[in-house]
Amino acid sequence: MTAADVIEPIDGEPTAEPADAEPVVVGRPRLRIVDLIDETLAGVFARPARAALTTLGTVLGIASLVATLGISRTAGNQIVGRFDELAATQVTVKARTSGGGSSSGSGSSRRAPLPWNVEPRLDRLNGVVAAGAVAEVSNPGAVRTAPLRDPENITEQLVPVYASSVGFLDSVRGQIVNGRWFDQGHVDRVDRVVIIGTDVADQFGISRLDTQPGIFIGDELFTVIGILSEAPRDEGLVGSIILPYTVAQERFNTTTPERVVIETDIGAAQLIAEQAAVALSPNAPEGLNVTAPRDPKRTKDAVQSDVNQLFLLLGLISLVVGAIGIANVTLVTVMERTGEIGLRRALGAARRHIGLQFLAESTAMGLVGGIIGASVGILVVVAVAGSRQWTPVLDVWLPLAAPFAGALVGLIAGLYPSIRAARMEPVDALRSGT
Amino acid sequence: MTTTHPVVVLDAVSRVFDSDPPVEALKQIHLVVQPGDHLAIIGPSGSGKSTLLNVLGLLDRPTAGRYLLDGIDTAVLSDSGRAAERGRRIGFVFQSFHLLPYRTVEENVMLSELYLGTPRKDRRRRAAEALDRVGLSHRRTFEPIRLSGGERQRVAIARALLGEPSLLLCDEPTGNLDSKNTDSVLGLFDELHAQGLTILVITHDNDVAQRAQRRVRMVDGELGEVA
Repeated sequence: MTAADVIEPIDGEPTAEPADAEPVVVGRPRLRIVDLIDETLAGVFARPARAALTTLGTVLGIASLVATLGISRTAGNQIVGRFDELAATQVTVKARTSGGGSSSGSGSSRRAPLPWNVEPRLDRLNGVVAAGAVAEVSNPGAVRTAPLRDPENITEQLVPVYASSVGFLDSVRGQIVNGRWFDQGHVDRVDRVVIIGTDVADQFGISRLDTQPGIFIGDELFTVIGILSEAPRDEGLVGSIILPYTVAQERFNTTTPERVVIETDIGAAQLIAEQAAVALSPNAPEGLNVTAPRDPKRTKDAVQSDVNQLFLLLGLISLVVGAIGIANVTLVTVMERTGEIGLRRALGAARRHIGLQFLAESTAMGLVGGIIGASVGILVVVAVAGSRQWTPVLDVWLPLAAPFAGALVGLIAGLYPSIRAARMEPVDALRSGT
Repeated sequence: MTTTHPVVVLDAVSRVFDSDPPVEALKQIHLVVQPGDHLAIIGPSGSGKSTLLNVLGLLDRPTAGRYLLDGIDTAVLSDSGRAAERGRRIGFVFQSFHLLPYRTVEENVMLSELYLGTPRKDRRRRAAEALDRVGLSHRRTFEPIRLSGGERQRVAIARALLGEPSLLLCDEPTGNLDSKNTDSVLGLFDELHAQGLTILVITHDNDVAQRAQRRVRMVDGELGEVA
């Protein structure tokens, strides 16, 4: 059936439908990607001030997210860094208290005494920097300086006295300001020598060691060979007297060490904590109680999560606000450009082309907001770190992911307005718009 | 017997709007437009002119009857198929010009073949030709706001000419123009018609209609030929 059969020509002219010239349908309209980008940029930059203000919400959101993550990372790193200095490299081993103190009575019969010769046992372990055993001497008696009795001064005092192995000084990072620390020779020979802390030295007026000053502990005379100025791991040592453990065993009946202090390499504390008990007491490692620092990673995480959550929430909120802003402005733009939508449809745009254009515009605004926001966030992190003299620390993925997050916000925000634009009937759009 | 199709064949086309009560904007319209015709459709407002233009421009679908555009039965076309045919075969000229204010004259003209996938370079070249054709080459980089009303409408005509459309569909093209600019635009239509372009003008202005080769009057959704 051809058109000629059914059409009644109103102007009397014959209307023929020749069968030999079949009309060719154009098919589907199409829009080249470069043209879409072109139209998108033109659309965004048509109203630069509005685009800038619209982008601001995303900028704030992304910036606060980046800044929050960056600052907390920086701060967390800082805290862990300070932590590392002492505590994170210290492992302490004690014998489990036996008998009455323990809630379970089953272990009371067995006691795993710590040995004194910890250095050869522990130095073999990879990661041990220094190790030493120590015990407080019980009831050593009053301490006084023998040769000079000055009635004006207090010459007799109760001072804590410790017995230790040779490695103890290094394991507490002790510093000798005058004289020397005792060595294995003193230990083996059971020499009656002592090291006194600076506080004790001040109290007893001992400042020179070339006179070989003596000190009485109870009724026993000892020679002072060194003055300990500081011991960061055990601050109390500067107010005490330390003597070789063999001397303490002989004179004060100090049988076993109370604790073993181990200094480890950074990062090795966890490993050493696992190995130390077996190395010290192969027969009954379960009788020992090992105290190691908390896993540094977990410390960092804990710090970070504390600092983060509030600001992260604020960042997300501003991101949502930013998205609402973009959605709102895009919706207004769609309404304003109703005439343009009608025109584009008249020029052959399919619905999807209209939707795509507005979606691309909102995504572009989100992307730009993300890029600016990431830059601002990084600046904030650097500024805060600079003002605190911290090292700024930032995950690499953060500045890379931020623009995409912004684009995603723009994309989501543009969905509804784009659908509205695409659904407009061209007739209505052309009529209402100018 | 011609070997080409009529540009437009309307066969008993009706358009009823589902309002309450239903409005029959077009009643059993028959119309044939041959290539090279210069046709004016005159009628008062509310006579159904705009509805007819929307149907002819594939912006609206008839509720009954057949519409062949360049011999293609438009009823079988999908929504995006209609968009493609619209972009290829029809050039629109609107009363309010519909120029994008933030784009230059050239960019406005170049919009025309955007959705046909024509490369940008080709569009730019053809836009220059089309602007030359309407005598506005010297306004290429201007923004529409700096043009007179007549110039704006000529830009819109250049845009409509870009894709070499089968039909130039004009909706009150001089409605926003003073008499001097009206003359210049109508003169342009005469020129284009002389070059063989098929032009259909919808107007309520008798003076505009007088310039057309053929006139059709529309009253209450029905067409009647005027000599």
